Amino acid sequence: MRDKRLRYIYGYIFLGFAIAFLLVLNLYMGSTDMSVKNIMKLLISGDTSSVEGKIIWSIRIPRLVSAALLGGALTVSGFLLQTFFSNPIAGPYVLGISSGAKLTVALSMIFLLQRGMVAGSVVMIGAAFIGSLISMMFILIISKRVNNMSVLIICGVMIGYICSAITDFLITFADDSNIINLHNWALGSFSGSSWSNVRVITVVVATSMFFAVWLSKPMSAYQLGETYARNMGVNIKKFRIALILLSSMLSSVVTAFAGPISFVGIAVPHLIRRLFKTSKPIHMIPACFMGGAAFCLLCDLIARVMFAPTEINISSVTAVFGAPVVIYIMIGRQRDRAE
Amino acid sequence: MDIILKSEKLSVGYGGQSLIDSIDISVRRGEILVLIGPNGAGKSTILKTLSKQIESVAGSVYLDDRDMRVLKESDISKQMSLLMTKHPSPEYMSVEEMVATGRYPYTGRFGVLSDEDKKVVADTIRITDIEEIRDNDFNRISDGQRQRVMLARALCQEPEVLIMDEPTSFLDIHHKIKLLSILKRMVREKNIAVIMSLHELDLAIKCADKVICVANGQIDRYGTVDEIFGNERTDKNGTGDESIVDGENCLYNNYIEQLYGVESGTFINEYGSVELEKIVGQPEVFVIGGGGSAIPLYRRLQREGIPFAAGVIHKNDLEYPVAKALASVVIEQGSFDRIEDENIKRAKDIISACSKVYCTVEKWGEMNMKNKELAEFAGEKMQTEKLGLQER
Repeated sequence: MRDKRLRYIYGYIFLGFAIAFLLVLNLYMGSTDMSVKNIMKLLISGDTSSVEGKIIWSIRIPRLVSAALLGGALTVSGFLLQTFFSNPIAGPYVLGISSGAKLTVALSMIFLLQRGMVAGSVVMIGAAFIGSLISMMFILIISKRVNNMSVLIICGVMIGYICSAITDFLITFADDSNIINLHNWALGSFSGSSWSNVRVITVVVATSMFFAVWLSKPMSAYQLGETYARNMGVNIKKFRIALILLSSMLSSVVTAFAGPISFVGIAVPHLIRRLFKTSKPIHMIPACFMGGAAFCLLCDLIARVMFAPTEINISSVTAVFGAPVVIYIMIGRQRDRAE
Repeated sequence: MDIILKSEKLSVGYGGQSLIDSIDISVRRGEILVLIGPNGAGKSTILKTLSKQIESVAGSVYLDDRDMRVLKESDISKQMSLLMTKHPSPEYMSVEEMVATGRYPYTGRFGVLSDEDKKVVADTIRITDIEEIRDNDFNRISDGQRQRVMLARALCQEPEVLIMDEPTSFLDIHHKIKLLSILKRMVREKNIAVIMSLHELDLAIKCADKVICVANGQIDRYGTVDEIFGNERTDKNGTGDESIVDGENCLYNNYIEQLYGVESGTFINEYGSVELEKIVGQPEVFVIGGGGSAIPLYRRLQREGIPFAAGVIHKNDLEYPVAKALASVVIEQGSFDRIEDENIKRAKDIISACSKVYCTVEKWGEMNMKNKELAEFAGEKMQTEKLGLQER
């Protein structure tokens, strides 16, 4: 019992330090070289008028804040979906939920652009949310018919492909100069985050996180299966709806602002479980959020700095780190079953 | 009259289709009700409906006189807990944590255990004898231990009714006995009502207060263990004896065989044991048994596929049901009677036609003295190897 508590404390401390360290790195590193001293001065003075001040205050800080928040949101969304399907390789990306959101966001962007309007944050989130729910609905229909986790994942990947194909089609034939922007977004990137975005992201993510923690108790019951959960007093219907809405909301805010980002939702919860040696939601939810934040800060740093000044899209980086973890989980489970 | 769970005109099934109708049961505190019946008869469906896991098709279930349809899950959870055949396999959960999940209905918003909760958990772990494995990973203990942990979890919920779906399936004999012993003790001490399905009829006989037989889309029988498994001999009034003796199995209450549709083999109510199909045909071996001494030999002959005759056996002899189930011919004598000459004559006729005779009896007394005559009659056919209960 005491061992476990110590492990949790060390885990949180480790994640805290990792986030702090990566925040500093993200602030310091970039295509424009700046000295540490200079950055410190800019931070303290709050100078936003100079070019360097603008880089720090209007580009790097909003970007790192949104990377951290969205990374956390994405990871928690993955954890919620894994709990929902009792499937360790479920996640918003592999289940096609991110791609569904991407499609509806692209649709609404193009629709608005044609009328000379730019989609605002709330519209983007709303569109993404609807797209997420539509994909989710398909997944739920499939999951009712098949009771096999691999088949479910394959179906999810297929839904993802279909949505991506339609999105690509739309982007190719949409005739607008802003399409370049759209294309960048469709591949996934944290670039171009503004303070107003950060504000909306903070509100949505904080609210969703509050509800996620609020649901941690019934979630722990649900981990024992529906039968036991119901017997423990959980209203399964309401709980499932809440879980779907929450995970869709968390993943759609990510898709709306950064596009689809792969594998974070599976890989990070797994790593956190290994680190904390628990699957209790009350610890998993905050720890996943912190882990996701650190992971996305790291990946975004790599995406920005590796081939600077050229940026690579974030999904390429997260896939490199995330996909091996997924393969590892699958092999591990196969071995468990063989034992 | 302390009825805790009651159903009235209950119909259970899936998707509005009723599978079993008119289920009227009532269970008192401290009573164990066991559901038996063939696979797929609907035992699980009944249990699921009683625990409100699925909606009833018609009729109602009353928990402590309140209609369960209007009770909330959270109300039910403090009065009723479950133990299923299949156990969950959560990651990184210790035995103690699993047991503690039973406190769920009593903890606050974030599921933090109070001192009282912790005490209940510790007590239950002690009672169910899982202290040694309390820190082990739930996924890394044996099936038997796991089921005991799940029982501890269910007891932690402090239920008044405990519903269990085949809790002993997949367990070895040691764990079966252990699980049911703990259950029995808890029922006595905490006055819990238990409703469970069992496949092991021998265990059902030993732990049930009442038994429900589910078959052919209905509650086939509902009564005490004695009523269902009792060996009510139809000749208990001493009339019409002979006509009954002639029939194959009709001296017994062979209800269990009917219930499960057993076509070959016998279920012996007295012992709750199962005998395989008898070898029919002209007896090749004659067995002089008595007092249960020949049971292993009967079974060996059955295994080896040798048709045999047994006699003369009193109807109240320990081995009589087994002989009846396995021997192609049984020469029987009424309970406590001296062996009649007529039976000895029949036995001698059969011995004459047999190639081997075994005698497993070592002591001759008032009642079986005539059998000694048979042993002497057998002469050279008598096999001398030690057989009977001593046989390994």
